[in-house]
Amino acid sequence: MKIQEVLTRGLWTENPVFRLMLGLCPVLATSTSVQNAVGMGIAVIFVLTCSNLLISLIRSVVPDKIRIPIFISIIATFVTLVDLIMAAYFPDLHKSLGLFIPLIVVNCIILGRAEAFASKNNLFFSLMDGIAMGSGFTAALCLIATFREILGNGTWLGIPLFGSGFEPALLMILPSGAFFTIAFIIASLNGWDRRRKRQTKPSVQ
Amino acid sequence: MEIQSLLIISISAVFISNFVLSRILGLCPFIGVSKQLDSALGMGLAVIFVMGVASAVTWVIYRYLMLPSEQNLIYLILKGHIQNPPNLIYLRTLVFILVIAALVQFVEMVIQKTSPGLYRALGIYLPLITTNCAVLGVSILNIDSDYNFIESVVNGLMSGIGFTLALILMSGIREKLELANLPKAMRGTPIAFILAGLMALAFLGFSGLSIP
Repeated sequence: MKIQEVLTRGLWTENPVFRLMLGLCPVLATSTSVQNAVGMGIAVIFVLTCSNLLISLIRSVVPDKIRIPIFISIIATFVTLVDLIMAAYFPDLHKSLGLFIPLIVVNCIILGRAEAFASKNNLFFSLMDGIAMGSGFTAALCLIATFREILGNGTWLGIPLFGSGFEPALLMILPSGAFFTIAFIIASLNGWDRRRKRQTKPSVQ
Repeated sequence: MEIQSLLIISISAVFISNFVLSRILGLCPFIGVSKQLDSALGMGLAVIFVMGVASAVTWVIYRYLMLPSEQNLIYLILKGHIQNPPNLIYLRTLVFILVIAALVQFVEMVIQKTSPGLYRALGIYLPLITTNCAVLGVSILNIDSDYNFIESVVNGLMSGIGFTLALILMSGIREKLELANLPKAMRGTPIAFILAGLMALAFLGFSGLSIP
């Protein structure tokens, strides 16, 4: 296995949000602004990398039958760390992310990577996989947040982009805006895949 | 007075802040299990049940084992050895997720032994519920909103009913949609999300309900 393969898989070919559709709840709920998205993304990268490292470290001593409860306890420990650190140093961000920080525990990406990757691979690859998958998640979150913040609020990272004449579409920062945005992104990816398949097919024959 | 506050909690849990369409929680089963009405109903019943039980159990554990107070059971047992009641609030996430995972296993075993019919209906959906963020979500929300025991249980059950309502509406529409002529790229998940968005818009109307 090559390191590039691990990295591109997390960021693109097996992007957790757009390709595997894992961990959608925090993606849709916290993408109301780019600032929230970056905060959530960093929290997920931290938890995913640390839990991947620790699980890879102890993978040979964990009995197979009780591995899931052990993984969940490890993940919950790191989530509690993030929760407390964020509450202490970034109280505003902690307040706006609210419920979704403790809910990182049940994010399928983290348990999924622990089960599918970290428990079978060595320390270095698990670290890289954690960083790549976490960054893929963050990139997807930021992309959705960019659409929603620009259309729904007329700003990007809090910077106003349009003059005072711009009437923001409030719909986009409501829950339904999140659903519409992800629907169109996934549909365009599907369409792109289909077109590429059609183009590559004749050249193979 | 009590009844009135319970009614307010119920209406707001089912309609105004519906778990799926307003709080955006529990999307995986909402998209994954909404292809057929039967399985949606099974999943919905399992979620109502687990959310109700989880609300009750986590509330009791939080109140009597983790919150620093005179009634803390650890404090009462070790009274001679420690001066102050222990403050274990920071363990909330860890304890709640383990309790919910154990609870789901336990519920599964009890149902399997006591009523095979119900087990056949709910069986496959029960293990999936552990990773449904709505269950952990409702437990934490109960604590954050300072609900008492009865309010917590009602909030848990009603949030489960709200989830089921959204799931059943969705599966009803998706069954019809199987026959619709859609652009190929839109088939499957994308159109499901568009539907969810439209339903969220419709449910937005409920937020105009003003409750005295």
